[in-house]
Amino acid sequence: MSIQSKVFSILAEQAFLEPFDVTLESTLDELGIDSMGVVECIFAIEEEFDITIPFNANEPQRSDFDISNVASMISGIEALVSKN
Amino acid sequence: MKRVVVTGAGTINSLGHSVPATLVAMREGKCGIGDLEFRDVDRLSIKIGGQVRGFEAEGRFNRQQISLYDRFTQFTLTAAKEAIDQSGLEFGGELAAKSGVVLGTAGGGVSTWDDNYRSVYEDGKNRVHPFVVPKLMNNAAASHVSMQHNLKGPSFTVSTACASSNHAMAQAFQMVRTGLAPAMVTGGSESMLCFGGVKAWEGLRVMSKDACRPFSANRNGMVQGEGAGIFVFEEYEHAHGRGADILCEVIGFAMSSDAADIVMPSKHGAARAIFGAMKDAGINPEEVGYINAHGTGTAANDKTECAAVADVFGQHADKLMMSSTKSMHGHLIGGTGAVELLSCIMALRDGVIAPTIGYQEPDPECAIDVVPNEARDAKVEVALSNAFAFGGLNAVLALRSV
Repeated sequence: MSIQSKVFSILAEQAFLEPFDVTLESTLDELGIDSMGVVECIFAIEEEFDITIPFNANEPQRSDFDISNVASMISGIEALVSKN
Repeated sequence: MKRVVVTGAGTINSLGHSVPATLVAMREGKCGIGDLEFRDVDRLSIKIGGQVRGFEAEGRFNRQQISLYDRFTQFTLTAAKEAIDQSGLEFGGELAAKSGVVLGTAGGGVSTWDDNYRSVYEDGKNRVHPFVVPKLMNNAAASHVSMQHNLKGPSFTVSTACASSNHAMAQAFQMVRTGLAPAMVTGGSESMLCFGGVKAWEGLRVMSKDACRPFSANRNGMVQGEGAGIFVFEEYEHAHGRGADILCEVIGFAMSSDAADIVMPSKHGAARAIFGAMKDAGINPEEVGYINAHGTGTAANDKTECAAVADVFGQHADKLMMSSTKSMHGHLIGGTGAVELLSCIMALRDGVIAPTIGYQEPDPECAIDVVPNEARDAKVEVALSNAFAFGGLNAVLALRSV
């Protein structure tokens, strides 16, 4: 499974949606994922890809990991995976 | 001072998943203690306990809830629902604003600590689930009850080892009695039956390998249990006014501290709590027909408790009945007083005294009618429930039939 499809299914599970409900343009807010849900998603992504995501829930915007939409998250994950 | 009554009761423990099932088991003298089943049990020297069977989180709670509810919270929510449903109370407006939750637990989310320590120490993982802290915290159960039932008044958790739920219920009683709250949800829960939880108790060398036999001369220690007991304490006029079914009245309590030893119980501390509860309730010792003993089945507790009862009651000690239901459900540690309160309610309401099962040989140091092995029909007006914790912290409640 590609990184994209794995991320879609992680976010869908968190949002109680189907993977096809998630698009590259979706924001976490649009998917109905609240701040606690974001932290759970970050955890699930770290577990899935065996990476450590630089993310501080106190200052999501100032973290190096861009969660402004699904596409930005995927490119952040790809960069971290390629570093491994 | 206002009168306080119990209008709802709920439980889950090794004897049953509800109050009716538990009371039937107590009446029949059933034993809920058996072989423990969990990971690495073969590395324990103590392999028995009063484990709750047939209780799977999956199906009862959704995935999100399971990630937030330790087993002690799951037990609490299940028992709280039974109690609040029975009370018929719906918390809204002024009632919701003033009513709260006071619960006891000694260890809180022990299996969450255990699982996650295992994961980082044994499996070498470097991260844990984000909700480990809100899942294991001792107040998690009280908080989830307040959220689920819209209880917006004073809520907190009391942790005094084996007396936790008695201290909690005493506190809830005091809040209703003084008019601070019209109703309180109270009781306690515990879930320590996992590898680390039992391993820690093993270290004390006070555990039995075969059975809990309180007051029996051949007793050889305590046996752990798990579960929850939850009650609705309500101001009498409030309950009466809405035609609630009243299970019994809470008439007094006392707390005392031994100020002596961190594990050895003191006769004086226990006696002061028992005497204090009767004084607080304004009753004479002769009125007490039944005591639910702390009765752990250890050498130290049982003889100290009997000596305290003999001191407080004098000749009446020969007439009253005192049983330990830990022989059936095991020692629920911080939740034990709450489950044991059910046997007091059964005595007051149904006229049935729960037995001390596993009783084999009389002990001259425990020369009290412990209702050995078989339940007994008896009319009881007033009952006491004892809890004496490690750390020398004692709490006794007094109840009356209505």
